[in-house]
Amino acid sequence: MSDELALVQAAKRGDDSAFEELVRRYDRNVFRIAQHITQNREDAEDVVQEAFLKAYGNLSRFQEQSKFYTWLVRIAVNEALMKLRRRKPERTVSLDEDIKTEEDSMPREIADWSPNPEQQYTQAELREILSKTIQGLPPGFRTVFVLRDVEGLSTEETAAALELSVPAVKSRLLRARLQLRDRLGRYFQRREPGNGRGEGTTSGGTRTEETRNEARKGGKILGVDTDVASGDGHQ
Amino acid sequence: MKCSEFLNELTSYLDGVLDEKTKAELENHLSWCHNCYVVCDTTKKTIEIYRDSQLYELPEDLRSRLRSAIMTKCQQQKKRGPQSV
Repeated sequence: MSDELALVQAAKRGDDSAFEELVRRYDRNVFRIAQHITQNREDAEDVVQEAFLKAYGNLSRFQEQSKFYTWLVRIAVNEALMKLRRRKPERTVSLDEDIKTEEDSMPREIADWSPNPEQQYTQAELREILSKTIQGLPPGFRTVFVLRDVEGLSTEETAAALELSVPAVKSRLLRARLQLRDRLGRYFQRREPGNGRGEGTTSGGTRTEETRNEARKGGKILGVDTDVASGDGHQ
Repeated sequence: MKCSEFLNELTSYLDGVLDEKTKAELENHLSWCHNCYVVCDTTKKTIEIYRDSQLYELPEDLRSRLRSAIMTKCQQQKKRGPQSV
């Protein structure tokens, strides 16, 4: 029996310290998932509380055929989507969005990135870029990306947690990855030499600053909403 | 293999779940198609950057507050008896 299953069974018998251990084990994951979906810190805090409370109240119904974590993620995703619907009632929020035509995933920009592009930015700048970029994806896409690529769930576990088919998860994951890549490209692209802002034309420090300025021109990353963050998808 | 076929297999390739034959065809395509090579490489970097980003980490003080609120509410719920949540 897995360690996780032993804790679940103890919690089912009324051992609250076992349940508390499950909270400790997964609270950070649930918080990350919730904040990725809701894009709001307070909502994410509420989702953590509500998801664990719901899991606690329904523990006797948990069948033990799936992993507790997958079951918990499904509860948390549903809570987070409910928050998002309440916050943005004018927009349809669903995991069952239509898959657009093939063209929407065809990369627009093929330019290569600088080596170690993330090192061009401070940690705070990078976090802002990543956060704004992923916000621009439709919720159904970013949820699949977060579960698969950030939290490391398998395709099958992601499908189970989101009640989607495996092909639907694969299709959304491909589009999410390609759209994020396309959007990050404007910050991370290799600058051509010889145009005054390129690789090898200036010292490292100057290049870094100039590259940042270039990226700000393109996306205005600091503090201002950008076209990267707006809209529901890649047109 | 055409570029569009390559794109359809990209996710499986990056996840390492392709069969040997398709993987070989894809790698052959990558060996001569620079655009697909760049897309593959930068998509891989995209995943790595997000995976390593530590976006939305839960600070320890907030974490303890949340855990304590959760456990208090669980105990209140237990006292009220079983119910449909």
